[in-house]
Amino acid sequence: MPPAPLAWYLVLSAALFAIGALGVLVRRNVIVMFMAIELMLNAVNLAFVAFARSRGSMDGQVIVFFVMTVAAAEAAVGLAIILSVFRSRETTNADEIASLRW
Amino acid sequence: MNPIAFLVLAALLVVAAVTVVLHRNPVHSALALVAAMCLLSVFFIALDAQLIGFLQVIVYAGAVVVLFLFVIMLLNLQREARALGSGALVVAGGAAALAFLALMVPGLVRVAGPRPADVAAGYGETVALAERLFTVYLLPFELTSVLLLVAIVGAVALAKRTT
Repeated sequence: MPPAPLAWYLVLSAALFAIGALGVLVRRNVIVMFMAIELMLNAVNLAFVAFARSRGSMDGQVIVFFVMTVAAAEAAVGLAIILSVFRSRETTNADEIASLRW
Repeated sequence: MNPIAFLVLAALLVVAAVTVVLHRNPVHSALALVAAMCLLSVFFIALDAQLIGFLQVIVYAGAVVVLFLFVIMLLNLQREARALGSGALVVAGGAAALAFLALMVPGLVRVAGPRPADVAAGYGETVALAERLFTVYLLPFELTSVLLLVAIVGAVALAKRTT
């Protein structure tokens, strides 16, 4: 049986990204919104790896390496921000953290 | 990857991702995220990206999600009575996600191109990745170390209790 075509991987990546975007839009808990963002980053990584495979080039994988590092740094800083917001507001609900909203 | 194995694993991955997004208990969301990351690493390895696949498990399942779990337990988050936003928001979010899929899928299928039968020897292994990383991408690689340092200092400064 021939291996799964690359288009399948790309469609899977788009589906994961859509699920992640849906999570950011509909959930109100900032930590779960943050997890959905990680899901979106990973969906993009899958597209990068699939395109790298189709071109036979390593560059896509190097970009994935960078995305992973930046995502790890982003997770550390983002969770620290959530912690310090929770200390002053006692909530992780995005609707209640609205003092900067116009 | 065998198409049947692909479809089974892809279905599991989508279920895990939907669980992350829709489960009311944040701890269960985080555990579903671990499952999603591990399944993604299978796809990476199937696409001849062995090193990226292993890093995915080590960095995401091993470090990032553990960080999430620490914060969830530190904040003592419980099962939420109402996880989703207002009904209008859910409809708008669902419509946006579907519109995104409708826009992206035809384009992605068109640009996918055929899958080359074989790749150069050592493709996706540590040596090949390191070679690119320390030659062409040396400057971004060094900048990444600065970014990580800034992130460490920033996270400590933000999370520190100011008394």
